[in-house]
Amino acid sequence: MAESKRVERPLSPFMIGQYYRPQITSISSILTRITGNALAVSAILAVWWLMAATGTPEHFEAVNWFMTSFIGDVIFTLTTLGIWYHYLAGMRHLYFDSGRGLELETAEKLGIACMIGSVVLTLLTIIIV
Amino acid sequence: MSYLTDRKRAVGKGASGTGTEHHWFMTVSAVGLVFLVPCFVFIFGSALGKPQAEVIATFARPFPAIVTALTFLIGMRHFAKGAQMMIEDYCQGLTRKLAVMFAHGLSYVLIACVFYALGRMVLIGLAMGV
Repeated sequence: MAESKRVERPLSPFMIGQYYRPQITSISSILTRITGNALAVSAILAVWWLMAATGTPEHFEAVNWFMTSFIGDVIFTLTTLGIWYHYLAGMRHLYFDSGRGLELETAEKLGIACMIGSVVLTLLTIIIV
Repeated sequence: MSYLTDRKRAVGKGASGTGTEHHWFMTVSAVGLVFLVPCFVFIFGSALGKPQAEVIATFARPFPAIVTALTFLIGMRHFAKGAQMMIEDYCQGLTRKLAVMFAHGLSYVLIACVFYALGRMVLIGLAMGV
């Protein structure tokens, strides 16, 4: 019995698609993870730019050109969307942690609110900043 | 000698041996970031695209410098621990260990770079008389 049979255990997320249909609750949770981890790329770019700002003018010009180019604009607009989605979804998790908002209907409403809210906050950020 | 029994020492620590430390760290840092992130987005967004001298002058000021330092310190630690959770969900064995090390390493490198950049900008700002 010492040599127990090795079991190929499935790794998450093996349930979605095959056994579960996609739902607001699962999708909003997965989006939290995707946005949170994708923000690492934005953080690297932000650090690159901050470091360049302390360097030679030529270096700063080059980095600043990329950051304010069309590609830079697209990346930072997506970053803003990612930040606000993760921000709202994170606050939703804090609310869940307090034991509230866990009824299915409320949880689904909060998920949709995060998605709409992040778009609204992104537009506001683009207007204000 | 300890008067606690082995069982008493183990209770509440779970399989990780650290209890709810990880989750509690995410909760506390999340609440901190609720206040920091809007300030940082405004500061960074306003500075982006400005000439180099104005960028340095912005981050040489106490409020933008401290908010930026705190946002990266807490934000990148929050990222490292969050990324660790994702890695532990999808990877096993050596891959998992190396990926977790990479995530934590990346977070510390970025924090150090930001501190260095801010320090330099404060010094350049002093030299410029901002």
